[in-house]
Amino acid sequence: MNYLDSFRDKKLVQGLARRIAELTKGRSKPLVFMEVCGTHTMAIYQYGLRSLLPPEVRLISGPGCPVCVTPNGYLDRAIALSRLPDLIIATFGDMLRVPGSSSSLMEERAMGADVRIVYSPLDAVQIAARNPGKRVVFLGVGFETTAPTIAGSILAAKVQRLKNYFVLASHKTMPEPMAILSADPELSVDGYICPAHVSAIIGANAYRFLCEEYRVPCVVTGFEPTDVMQGVEMLVRQALEGVSQVEIQYSRVVRWEGNAKAQSVLAEVFTPYDADWRGIGILPGSGLKIAEAYRAFDAELAIPVAVEELREHQGCQCGEILKGKITPFDCPLFGTVCTPESPVGACMVSSEGTCAAAFKYGI
Amino acid sequence: MNNDIIMLGHGSGGKLSHQLLDDLIIPQLSQTPVAGQNDAALFSVNGARLAFTTDSYVVDPIFFPGGNIGDLAINGTVNDLAMMGARPLYLSVGFILEEGFEKSDLCRILASMRQAADAAGVAIVTGDTKVVPRGKGDRIFINTSGIGAVEHDLRIDGAAGRVGDKVIVNGCIGDHGIAVLSAREGLEIDSGIKSDCAALNGLVAALLPLSQGLHVLRDPTRGGVATTLKEIAVQSQVTIKLQEASLPVNPGVKGVCSILGLDPLYVANEGKLLALVAPELAGEALSIMRRHPLGRDAAIIGEVTETSAGRVLMETLVGGVRGVEMLAGEQLPRIC
Repeated sequence: MNYLDSFRDKKLVQGLARRIAELTKGRSKPLVFMEVCGTHTMAIYQYGLRSLLPPEVRLISGPGCPVCVTPNGYLDRAIALSRLPDLIIATFGDMLRVPGSSSSLMEERAMGADVRIVYSPLDAVQIAARNPGKRVVFLGVGFETTAPTIAGSILAAKVQRLKNYFVLASHKTMPEPMAILSADPELSVDGYICPAHVSAIIGANAYRFLCEEYRVPCVVTGFEPTDVMQGVEMLVRQALEGVSQVEIQYSRVVRWEGNAKAQSVLAEVFTPYDADWRGIGILPGSGLKIAEAYRAFDAELAIPVAVEELREHQGCQCGEILKGKITPFDCPLFGTVCTPESPVGACMVSSEGTCAAAFKYGI
Repeated sequence: MNNDIIMLGHGSGGKLSHQLLDDLIIPQLSQTPVAGQNDAALFSVNGARLAFTTDSYVVDPIFFPGGNIGDLAINGTVNDLAMMGARPLYLSVGFILEEGFEKSDLCRILASMRQAADAAGVAIVTGDTKVVPRGKGDRIFINTSGIGAVEHDLRIDGAAGRVGDKVIVNGCIGDHGIAVLSAREGLEIDSGIKSDCAALNGLVAALLPLSQGLHVLRDPTRGGVATTLKEIAVQSQVTIKLQEASLPVNPGVKGVCSILGLDPLYVANEGKLLALVAPELAGEALSIMRRHPLGRDAAIIGEVTETSAGRVLMETLVGGVRGVEMLAGEQLPRIC
């Protein structure tokens, strides 16, 4: 047995499932827990965890897939940039198929745009160093887990005195949308499965205000199946006891205060702003944009380009899905008009999207 | 999506490839829809039953741990014939070379082709070489076609799966895709994983005595085990249920997959076959495989549970149940 296998132990998982069933047996109203991180969404589908939980516990997915919450306008700008001469778009692979208003980066690539998949933003810095005659734009999408590495790439480009490396930044930060969802009267969330690796950066203290202001239990939970089941069990206990506090299930990684080094890099390179979340809207202080001192690296400021007029896709229910109000199976487009090959909304594209998970693993 | 142009995903072996075949290529060139197609065509000439197949190889990088584009081009085509239960006999080879390609690299590739052909017992009997200007190709592309003799009356067909059949794989899955990926520029992971690239005709010959009990043979190349099983489920109109705990996966493959967010079920293989075998002969099939050098890690990974429109389900490691779909788009381009 290796390190990972022990967190995928069938007996442990089924034991936790039994305990959850015993605790919740006979409840008339199911307990509703939301996982706000796309990696949790994937893990829950991939291991078929819903099929192990009793009907008294419902898991719903929230706005935690960074690609999914990226608004169309951002993609339209990235697509417009990709059409400029001598410009290379560097991106994580997930962004390729996401539809903008009328195209996608994958289509642009097929028609000749220079779009390259990288596994680390530092690879994009290297591409810039090797191609001094071209501008390289990295698509900076993600939560606090990826943002420090992208901040690091800007610092590296500065040290190397590169004038041709830029970031199109659309970073989001985590606790803010959870406050909006907690205040939403249509949603009654009985507890949050809080993100694992985002919490490693921001620290579990970041969720305290949710417990205090909205009386909702929060458990910072790891991504393996035993983690998720134990996280759910901890939430069930809090809900039944009527308490709401932050607990750390993922204690092998997450600390209360988070990662100070990563936080200081973020504070150095980025500054908070009111970010636009697809399906949710503009939330105060919920994003990170490039700070004034680093504006030379900001693609939006440094490379002016005409962006096409925004067009939202008719009938797309991604917004409702991102808020956990409906499941993919409730969307009329799911699996018919909207499939992974020809996605209508971002939730179907991203490898962490709720609809992609439901399409790939649903039964 | 822009429907006017070819996208990389059309070459993935997954759903988009099927659509391209069904919508564009097959209506013009053939009468059999893709769902009725197998790895090779079968026909009779003066009473002799023959299998015929072709495949093109564009793998990037051309040299990878455990093989190169040359032995891949031989083994891939040999395997397509073997999956029909045919005895591979003769191959053709077509090269498209890019101006500037190093002769020493070509020599290495030719030597492994020679070796692979000898090992598989096939003769390369005809060929062609073209050179395109620099920048109009990518070093080397190879096409091989093959003819084999079908010397039995069995119906080994993707549509021949039946309720009760056991699903057997001859070893660890995902090695080829991960070996190629690990060797990619910019990734260069030292995973220690080697491609499983190998000719399977010897193993198939050892399985043929199972006779009527051998229902389906398929090599899960692009799209991996998941895509191939879904194809079989649809062709046979059955539900296949997998046991995740029974899937043989190398620890290195597991590791790379979890780092990169890939699923070994969708990663390509080049020396693996999936066999659907009648339940009473499954034990015998397993021991035949395990006695063969290419089947030491063979395992029963699932079974056909019922008739349906074609579904694949999997009982996960932790006892949950989930669906298994075909590869959508591209997981990793140019792995063969």
